Amino acid sequence: MIGVGKIKQYSNVLDKPLSKGKQEVSLSAFAFLFSELVQYNQTQVDNIAELERRLEDAGYAVGARVLELLCHRDKGNRRETRLLGILSFVHSTVWKVLFGKVADSLEKGTEHEDEYMISEKELLVNRFISIPKDMGTFNCGAFVAGIVRGVLDSAGFPAVVTAHFVPVEGQQRPRTTILIKFAEEVLTSFSLIVTLFL
Amino acid sequence: MATTACFIIVSRNEIPIYEAEVGSAVKREDAAQLHQFILHAALDIVQDLAWTTSAMFLKAIDRFNDLVVSVYVTAGHTRFMLLHDSRNDDGIKSFFQEVHELYIKILLNPLYLPGSRITSSHFDTKVRALARKYL
Repeated sequence: MIGVGKIKQYSNVLDKPLSKGKQEVSLSAFAFLFSELVQYNQTQVDNIAELERRLEDAGYAVGARVLELLCHRDKGNRRETRLLGILSFVHSTVWKVLFGKVADSLEKGTEHEDEYMISEKELLVNRFISIPKDMGTFNCGAFVAGIVRGVLDSAGFPAVVTAHFVPVEGQQRPRTTILIKFAEEVLTSFSLIVTLFL
Repeated sequence: MATTACFIIVSRNEIPIYEAEVGSAVKREDAAQLHQFILHAALDIVQDLAWTTSAMFLKAIDRFNDLVVSVYVTAGHTRFMLLHDSRNDDGIKSFFQEVHELYIKILLNPLYLPGSRITSSHFDTKVRALARKYL
C-alpha cells in the first residue's frame, strides 16, 4: 500500500539518534515542575543554606550534561580552553538554549581579579516565585548558579557560583546577579596559558 | 588484517569508567595488563596537551614499540584513549566521534552519575561493533 508510515521501534536509547532538541518547552510546565522541586526540598531541610545547596546540586547535574551536549550539538566539537571563552559560552550559548535569550550582561568584578558576574533582569526560574520576608536572602536562582557551576567545573574551571538579588531604582523587582568566583588554580593556570601565547 | 587495539574511557577524575579490548588479533594473557599500563602512562601527556588546543581529536600522542596511543578529549574532559597498531587516522577519528555520541546518550540519563562506571551491556555491544567497523 502506498503511504503506509511505519514507526521504527527503537529497543534502546543508544540506538535512537541524538535529537536536535525542542526549540520551545511549555513555561507553565516548567514553572510547576520547578515549584515542586523547591517545595520538595523545603520539606527535607532545616535551614536556608541547606536548601540553597540542594538546589545548586540539582543544577550542577544539569550543567555537566548541558556542557557536553551543547559542545557536541552547537559548537561542532570544539572545546573551550580559555577563561573568557568558557564565560562567553555560558553567557550566550547556554543561556540561549536554556532560557531562549542571551544573558543581559557579563561583567568582570572590580574589587577582585577572580570575580565575574552574569546579570539578568528577570531570571526565568524566579519569575513566578516570591520570597517571604522570613527567608532573608534566599534566592531560587541558586538552581541556575548550580547549572553555571556544573558547566565551569566540567570544563576544568572550578569556581564558587552564587545568586544574589541586586535592587535597581525604578524597578519594583530586583535584578538577579550570578556571581562567579574562580578557584585560585584557574587564575594561575590562566595567566600561564596567556604567557604561553604571548 | 589482525590488529591489536585497547580502548578505555577515563573520566575527568582520572578514573577509568569503561575499558574494552577491541582488536581482532589473538590475545596473549599478559597483553591486556600491558595495554592498560601503557594507556595509564599516557594520561599525563594528555593532561598537558588537552589545554593547548581546542580541538577534540588529539591524534597520536605517545608510542610504545610499534603501538600508538591516540586520544580524543570531550568538552567535559572525559578522555577516550585507543592503543592500536594501525595507521588509519580517519577511521580512528570516526570511531571516536561515534563513541562520543554514544557517551553523550549515556550521560544524558539523569540516573547516571557522571564519572561512574558505564555498565550498560548494550553500550559495550555497540562499541565493539563500531570497533569492528572502523578499525
